[in-house]
Amino acid sequence: MGRLIVALIAGGLFGSGLFISGMTDTTKVQGWLDVFGNWDPTLAFVMGGAIIPMAIAWQITRFRKTPLTGGSFPPPPDTRLGRNLVFGSVLFGIGWGLAGLCPGPAIASLSYAGTGGLVFVAAMLTGMWIAPMLRARLDRIAQPE
Amino acid sequence: MQPDWIMGLLGGLLIGLGGAVYLIGSGRIMGASGIIGGLVDGSGRSNALERIVFLAGVFLMPIVLTPFYKAVDTHITDNLTVLVAAGLSVGVGTRMANGCTSGHGVCGISRLSLRGIVATVFYILAGGLSVVLFRHILGVI
Repeated sequence: MGRLIVALIAGGLFGSGLFISGMTDTTKVQGWLDVFGNWDPTLAFVMGGAIIPMAIAWQITRFRKTPLTGGSFPPPPDTRLGRNLVFGSVLFGIGWGLAGLCPGPAIASLSYAGTGGLVFVAAMLTGMWIAPMLRARLDRIAQPE
Repeated sequence: MQPDWIMGLLGGLLIGLGGAVYLIGSGRIMGASGIIGGLVDGSGRSNALERIVFLAGVFLMPIVLTPFYKAVDTHITDNLTVLVAAGLSVGVGTRMANGCTSGHGVCGISRLSLRGIVATVFYILAGGLSVVLFRHILGVI
């Protein structure tokens, strides 16, 4: 039960933040990426603002043995880079620029994004569903990482 | 309404606070693509309810906040080809890279994760090139 309450609060804060920051407005995201057009700096403030509490939270994990609801903290970050990280990030960036949406804002804006938002999310879920198969195929063609 | 950058900073702080609550409360990294993807491909079956409740929070809070705004609009394109191509790229790409703007960007960079930083550099560069290509060269968006 504790973990569900944590998930609801965290999700609610995340959704509120995405909403009030303007990051569910595709023109603001594309405006930030569009350095050759009418550049919009908002996204940098959102990213900077989000990193501050998160950096403090990572520091707190060093002084606590376990999370509030038990279990354990994530292991130190993986340092291996690899092809899938780069290839996947490039593919993600192309889609992000094309529609101005990434996974979080796509869910946060579902209630007011109309049919367009639904189509995007349906395609995104399909992509997430086929990704493990594509990844396995890529690993067979090229050397596995 | 406040200037955009103030609302951006305020919203960003809330996003980070959400991630902090998730990490300190449950020991989990708040990455949207991982939380959604684990439900879609079955890899997150063991804590599916927790994922669903998180996503319910993400979806519901904007509904609660919408009445306080004169207008909310995503200005999303109505070009079906663009929507499907973009959605598929975002879906496949984030799962292949194991993270998106929230997981690699916010949670990764804030702990100076090399993978998070490298991923963020590549998706921002690709995003910028994508806008140049599809807006300024091809004119489809």
